Amino acid sequence: MSSNRGAAVRFESVQKSYDGETLVVKNLNLDIARGEFLTMLGPSGSGKTTCLMMLAGFEPATHGEIFLNDRPINNVPPHKRGIGMVFQNYALFPHMSVAENLAFPLQVRGMDRSEQERRIKRALDMVELGRFGSRRPAQLSGGQQQRVAVARALVFDPELVLMDEPLGALDKQLREQMQYEIKHIHENLGVSIVYVTHDQTEALTMSDRVAVFNDGVIQQLSAPDVLYENPQNSFVAQFIGENNKLTGEVTEMNGGQCKVRLEDGTELVADAVNVDGVGGKTTISLRPERIEVVPTDQHENHVEGMVEELIYLGDHIRVRMKVAGNDEFIVKVRNRGERWDLEQGQTRTIGWSARDCKALDAVA
Amino acid sequence: MTSTTTDQIGASGDGIMRAADGTPLKRSLARALRREKLRSFLLILPLLAFITLTFLMPIADMLFRSVENGIVQETIPRTVVALKDWDASSGELPSEEVFAAFQQDFTEAFKNKTHTRLGLRLNYDEPGMSGLFRKSGRKATQLEPPYREGFIDIDQDWGKLETWRVIKRASPSLTDGYFLAAVDAERTSDGLQMKPEKERIYLYLFWRTMFLSIVITVSCLLLGYPIAYLLANLPLRTSNLLMILVLLPFWTSLLVRTSAWKVLLQQQGVVNDTLVWLGIIDTTSRLELINNQTGTIIAMTHILLPFMILPLFSVMKTISPSYVRAAKSLGANDWTAFWRVYFPQTVPGIGAGAILVFILSIGYYITPELVGGTSGIFISNRIAYHISTSLNWGLAAALGTILLGLVLLLFYVYDKIVGIDNVKLG
Ligand SMILES: Nc1ncnc2c1ncn2[C@@H]1O[C@H](COP(=O)(O)OP(=O)(O)OP(=O)(O)O)[C@@H](O)[C@H]1O
Ligand SMILES: [Mg+2]
Repeated sequence: MSSNRGAAVRFESVQKSYDGETLVVKNLNLDIARGEFLTMLGPSGSGKTTCLMMLAGFEPATHGEIFLNDRPINNVPPHKRGIGMVFQNYALFPHMSVAENLAFPLQVRGMDRSEQERRIKRALDMVELGRFGSRRPAQLSGGQQQRVAVARALVFDPELVLMDEPLGALDKQLREQMQYEIKHIHENLGVSIVYVTHDQTEALTMSDRVAVFNDGVIQQLSAPDVLYENPQNSFVAQFIGENNKLTGEVTEMNGGQCKVRLEDGTELVADAVNVDGVGGKTTISLRPERIEVVPTDQHENHVEGMVEELIYLGDHIRVRMKVAGNDEFIVKVRNRGERWDLEQGQTRTIGWSARDCKALDAVA
Repeated sequence: MTSTTTDQIGASGDGIMRAADGTPLKRSLARALRREKLRSFLLILPLLAFITLTFLMPIADMLFRSVENGIVQETIPRTVVALKDWDASSGELPSEEVFAAFQQDFTEAFKNKTHTRLGLRLNYDEPGMSGLFRKSGRKATQLEPPYREGFIDIDQDWGKLETWRVIKRASPSLTDGYFLAAVDAERTSDGLQMKPEKERIYLYLFWRTMFLSIVITVSCLLLGYPIAYLLANLPLRTSNLLMILVLLPFWTSLLVRTSAWKVLLQQQGVVNDTLVWLGIIDTTSRLELINNQTGTIIAMTHILLPFMILPLFSVMKTISPSYVRAAKSLGANDWTAFWRVYFPQTVPGIGAGAILVFILSIGYYITPELVGGTSGIFISNRIAYHISTSLNWGLAAALGTILLGLVLLLFYVYDKIVGIDNVKLG
């Protein structure tokens, strides 16, 4: 217990079932540090919103305990938790002006009028909407509404703010702009933020740590770069960034590395991250930009592949190849202005180093 | 590039935007819109014709009937002309010429059998006129001059000033008499005044109709709001079942439902029996729940409830649960979240439901007739009485017109207070 002291939020073996038959959240253990920006990332239906709802108090946990500043909150009603929340559809009260929306949390706290006005002004200035106080939400653009929602969730100075896909409804450009703004607000205010998204770029750009959810279980909880460089299992490797999969069997263990024989007999050397030992099935994970089309001796792995398709993308050329029976094998070739003599139908040797290729659990 | 665009569409020298063929842009736009409008007009034409024929024209006819009074002029035209020279306040009977003209008119009217109708009409103004006309009948047609004495011989009333004053007063082809009667006023020889206390009924009936309609609307709202909330928030399967239950009353006839209330609410009925059995009331003091205002309120609340629930439901359905959640996450307790965030968003539904129920109930007829007794009937029951029993259509029309005016007035007030565009039916 004492080792965990100081966590803003702690989930302790939390489970959740809606229907009494299936577990939507299976044994969740999670510590969120004070001031941390933690993102829950995962495919649709993986239980992200459910976790957020349990934290906000709108859904009871079926089992386990949630702590807020080391205080168990299972029996604390939502309005006493003091958690700010930004909803996916913003949930701005349509019958109130922007300023009234922001005043709402202050009024229910019985704050006096001048203090209210000071805080509303500060919050609106923070999201650069100072002039819009008297507008109705319907008179604002999507991005402006989104800012108001953020301002409203922050105006009463909560220590923790939850955001459930707050940028889902915005177009790409606006989304990127808002990502930075939210990030800056987080840095300036020092609040803890739990952020839900199923957009991995968003997760990687904004977060201190990312919790990758699948099927009600956290698959990996790491900093963005670790998540990309060192995925702990095939799901994470597949879900974060682009990834090539090769399936095979471990033939030899050698310290941190292992030898893997692919189905067509090719032998590879890989980092043994998540394997069962000699004889076990494994899935090799390999990032497309780590593959060399002109391999050297430094690359432990050399493999024959046939070029199926070339796509010119400006800064890089995307090559789809058939390697070891997998014809969805992607190689990204950086455009350095050199000619690589890549041609469709050509068979050539490509290569990569052992540390760029991870032997992970076999996927079904 | 730039030059071609200004050639085709753009500002010409005089600053007017022109279309490609040189006509001002405004005019070609208007022409295009006109064609569109004409097409949509053709689409609504059948309905428009139907509504004109079955709704607007009857209303216009009713408005006209409430002031129409051609019958006197048509039946006794010569008398009306002759009476023009008679000074009703002179204290003297009309001259022999008037009586002569009247005899001639009467004879003709008797032939056409219209004299009793005239008598009936004049009877609204002065009780006894109908009898006088019927009684005079054939005898008056056989009179010889001097007619004045002849008429007085037939009935003394012909020699009374009041009789002739009534006829003279009723001569104009338009009358405000029906409207005066509808608000319990009358025009006597002493001028315009309210009817004697015990003859006044309509003003009170109007007041009661309004009051009971408001009570019914409020009780529909109080009962319907929670149901609509449940309907909008329960899982689909349960809410569908509940919706069927709400609509169930529509499957049975209005008459059956109203009669069922009679069975339930009468003194020896189910409700009273249950209360006695539970020991809540004594068998000697059974509640009077039917044939009075209570009966009308209970039965009509039940019948009009769906009209409150449905608009409320359709508005609540569109309110995302995240609003209340947002309110709670911002620190509002259940009541504050409901009252400051949820309730204001349902106001359009309340407006729609309340208007619907109120308008329906203010003109309701069958239910008050069956369960209202004497203390629970509405103005519409009185209108129906005048249309089908007393045959005083003019008065019925005047009452109807006033009712219509009241409703429009309420609409106006409602629009001023709540705003009619704040009403949402679905
Ligand atoms: N109120 C509910 N009643 C029953 N089941 C629910 C309820 N809410 C969510 N679920 C189920 O719980 C699972 C997880 O849902 P959740 O909303 O947490 O997913 P999510 O990760 O937020 O997905 P998304 O990215 O689509 O928002 C889903 O299978 C969903 O069907
Ligand atoms: Mg979700």
